[in-house]
Amino acid sequence: MAYHSGYGAHGSKHRARAAPEPPPLFDDTSGGYSSQPGGYPAPGADVAFNVNHLLGDPMANIATAYGISIASQGKDMVHKELHRFVSVNKLKYFFTVDTAYVAKKLGLLVFPYTHQNWEVQYSRDMPLPPRKDLNAPDLYIPTMAFITYVLLAGMALGIQKRFSPEVLGLCASTALVWVVMEVLALLLGLYLATVRSELSTFHLLAYSGYKYVGMILSVLTGLLFGSDGYYVALAWTSSALMYFIVRSLRTAALGPDTIGGPGPRKHLQLYLTLGAAAFQPLIIYWLTFHLVR
Amino acid sequence: MAFTLYSLLQAALLCVNAIAVLHEERFLKNIGWGTDQGIGGFGEEPGIKSQLMNLIRSVRTVMRVPLIIINSITIVLLLLFG
Repeated sequence: MAYHSGYGAHGSKHRARAAPEPPPLFDDTSGGYSSQPGGYPAPGADVAFNVNHLLGDPMANIATAYGISIASQGKDMVHKELHRFVSVNKLKYFFTVDTAYVAKKLGLLVFPYTHQNWEVQYSRDMPLPPRKDLNAPDLYIPTMAFITYVLLAGMALGIQKRFSPEVLGLCASTALVWVVMEVLALLLGLYLATVRSELSTFHLLAYSGYKYVGMILSVLTGLLFGSDGYYVALAWTSSALMYFIVRSLRTAALGPDTIGGPGPRKHLQLYLTLGAAAFQPLIIYWLTFHLVR
Repeated sequence: MAFTLYSLLQAALLCVNAIAVLHEERFLKNIGWGTDQGIGGFGEEPGIKSQLMNLIRSVRTVMRVPLIIINSITIVLLLLFG
């Protein structure tokens, strides 16, 4: 009985810290505790309860301080290791976007046929950041589109009553693996064809990631309008994406390479671009058709 | 075809192992892919075949020692955890 009231008072003390008024269920025991600090019928429970209560706050403080110092140490270590592999400045270039750029780029991904000038503009040998140049690739849209795709896949599977949390992780890792494989294949192709261009790994990652926008649109249309809507949206976004990729990669890959480029290299670059473009609809279909039945 | 990151790592390890076991003298020379057979001068255009041969040779040189370590770790982990 005293044990229960001790626990009840403990709960009500914590509840009193969180919310000002304790619920009426615990009124009696809290009043009983505060009025009788020492005269408890069960001193064993009282001592145990007192010890717990005394160590609660300082222990929490010590633990919090320790956790904060560990977290900052861990953060420094992660930063150091990350700086060895990925140059953060180059990565930051891809994330300097603003709302107008994102809106125009999304419109360009859906309808690229009227865009005239596909060259990436430079200022003093440095490519302009995406905020100032519509043609510059960015990594913000692919990242957000990837996350949205994973969430949308979860929702679509939930609608079909095939959802479970493992499926979400599996979907995310499958899509990530396909992106990694595509970027590796593109890097290998660029190396074999000795294309010396501005296309770094992050550029390829950005161009690979743009297909997620098409995937999201196809899945959404498929969910809203059924299977026919899915195929129509798939055809539209695939052709738009293929056109976008071919135009962008041609100007990006051929940029500094126009010093009398020999014949076979141009052919190789063209095949590479066409191959990359033709791969997009396949992968869009592969990653989304099981979501729209 | 549901991939996990682990299957990607496994596939990558198997591919690198496959490149590393191509023996220079017994095999590559016989199909004309030896490293002393390819390079046609210092022209600007290496061509796909010599690029590929360079890639194979560099992968073999660079990854010889790390592959021993990674393979040992993988074998031990697979024996322990299946």
